[in-house]
Amino acid sequence: MSPGFLTLKLLRGLLTLFLAVTFVFVILRLAGDPLRLMLPDDTPPDVIDHYRQLYGLDRPLPEQYLRYLQGLMQGDFGYSFRDRQPALDTVLSRIPATLLLGLTSFVVSTLIGLVAGIVAALRRGSLVDQAVISFSIFGHSMPSFFLGILMILLFAMTWRILPSAGMGSAAHLVMPAITLGVGGAGAIARFTRSSMLEVLNQPYMKTARAKGVPVATRVLRDAVPNAAIPVVTVLGLRMGGLISGTVVVETVFAWPGIGQLLVTAVGQRDLAVVQTIVILVALTMVVANFAVDVAYRWLDPRIAGAGKEAT
Amino acid sequence: MTLVDDISFAGTRRRTSSGPTGPAVGPEPLLRLEGVSVGTDRVDLVMDVDLSLAPGETLCLVGESGCGKSLTCLAAMGLLSAPVRCTSGRVHFAGQEISALTETQLQALRGRDISMIFQDATAALNPVRRVGDQVAEVLVLHEGLTCHAARARAAALFDMVGIPDPRARLRAYPHELSGGMNQRVMIAMALACRPKLIVADEATTALDVTTQAQILDLLRQLQVETGAAMIFVTHDLGVVAEIADRVAVMYSGRIVEVATADALFEAPRHPYTRGLMACRLHVATPSAGRLAAIEGVVPPPSARPAGCAFAPRCPKAEAVCANRPALLGVGAAQAVACHSIGPAR
Repeated sequence: MSPGFLTLKLLRGLLTLFLAVTFVFVILRLAGDPLRLMLPDDTPPDVIDHYRQLYGLDRPLPEQYLRYLQGLMQGDFGYSFRDRQPALDTVLSRIPATLLLGLTSFVVSTLIGLVAGIVAALRRGSLVDQAVISFSIFGHSMPSFFLGILMILLFAMTWRILPSAGMGSAAHLVMPAITLGVGGAGAIARFTRSSMLEVLNQPYMKTARAKGVPVATRVLRDAVPNAAIPVVTVLGLRMGGLISGTVVVETVFAWPGIGQLLVTAVGQRDLAVVQTIVILVALTMVVANFAVDVAYRWLDPRIAGAGKEAT
Repeated sequence: MTLVDDISFAGTRRRTSSGPTGPAVGPEPLLRLEGVSVGTDRVDLVMDVDLSLAPGETLCLVGESGCGKSLTCLAAMGLLSAPVRCTSGRVHFAGQEISALTETQLQALRGRDISMIFQDATAALNPVRRVGDQVAEVLVLHEGLTCHAARARAAALFDMVGIPDPRARLRAYPHELSGGMNQRVMIAMALACRPKLIVADEATTALDVTTQAQILDLLRQLQVETGAAMIFVTHDLGVVAEIADRVAVMYSGRIVEVATADALFEAPRHPYTRGLMACRLHVATPSAGRLAAIEGVVPPPSARPAGCAFAPRCPKAEAVCANRPALLGVGAAQAVACHSIGPAR
């Protein structure tokens, strides 16, 4: 890992974050006056003005923007109008719930997707393969809010075997995690399958067979590392969407995480909270992209060696 | 050069007692293909191939692209993959019918007793694994060496095939080496367990002429050293002339002529073989003149004529060519499948 590569990635990540912050700042300011939503309709104008001054909303937009950036540099993410505490605290308090849901779903759907994709490719055209393809299309095309409601209807209302909302026990985690993971598992299975199929037809797979390498070793040592390269891109995207992806599911299942907080905060024009969440989402994306780049270099020596001179 | 010529000449002479399709007398053949056919459910790709190979012998399989040379080799090793399969015939190797073996039993043979060298070595090596590990893997698998010992042996093999600085090259990836170096790696891999038979499928085709000559020299020299037999698939008659003891010419899925290399170059019998010979460039070929070529194209397997497949392109075609000619011996060193050259004529 050359220092040049790291610096470039770091700078690019910072630029992404900066653009995200700026974009959200402008959009939110243009979308309406937060005070009108926060305060009752019959609030006297002088009270509104008081709050406007208190939150600095009476200043010109460029000044507000610069002040905000300045705050960010010092770790001040603004003040939540709603919770009357620093926005960062509000957001941080929701992170464990989202991570629990997001990571569970990510890990399980990745494992299922990889195994299903590999098996489908090895048994191309078989019933297993067709089942995997069908599942993958289902996962891809089923909107998560619909799947969530459907599952609540079946498992919580009709059969009464799983809780429909909230967080607390492992049983609470089942439906949200499945709803969140089905699409990902489907996408990963499909990518793994097509990537494996391509790799299995490569000349080096025939070489391995001609060398007398047993089939399991051929798959694990020769095929999978090559097939993993494109799959890593999909995994990176899923990882980047770990927080943003939970918005719908958390709302459907009343899961007290970041996604749910974002929906509430947007509705209430809790500017600082929305901005903090967006920064967090952008940060996850940047980190995920970086992880993908590192994984590429680790998996594919052709990328890692691109800077080295050929012998 | 003379020394090398002597060696191959001696090799050829040793085997002149053999019949054209294989050594009829003398030692038990190392490899024998009996009526091997390859195809899918819909088309036949290789039909009724009989071939045999003595220990230490070099057989060249010659023919245009798509005539079934590579498929014949893959069939001999049991390496065909669906939907292409061996539809009939038997393959014997070292006294064992390997066409009846299971995949697991074949695994023990492949890489140890029979090894294969492919056309494009850079594509035939795994791009994400170090070349040293790929060579060492064979030794770990078949000779039970530890990884450490296998790497040391791999370095020795690299040295043997003329890879400079072998210890450092073990850690290289295929993309860091040239095509010629990668082919040397493939050869090191193929020779790692001192196989009885090497199948080289267009092993020099993807290389430039200088490298090609080096690799051929290397193969020939290593073959003499290890005593391995070799099937060399090529469409380059120049290569054939350099290394073959015996030659089998294939056209559209069948063997049309088999002969010792000397006999074939002295007197090619089949019109197709003659055509191939005529297409070669000679120093004497006038630079302004047109090169000879065989008119027409190889028929696709689905539209092969009922009789002799070469008849539509053959200058000597007659009415009788609508029946398929059998591969019949002409003299002791040659067999031809052509009506115009019956044994009676």
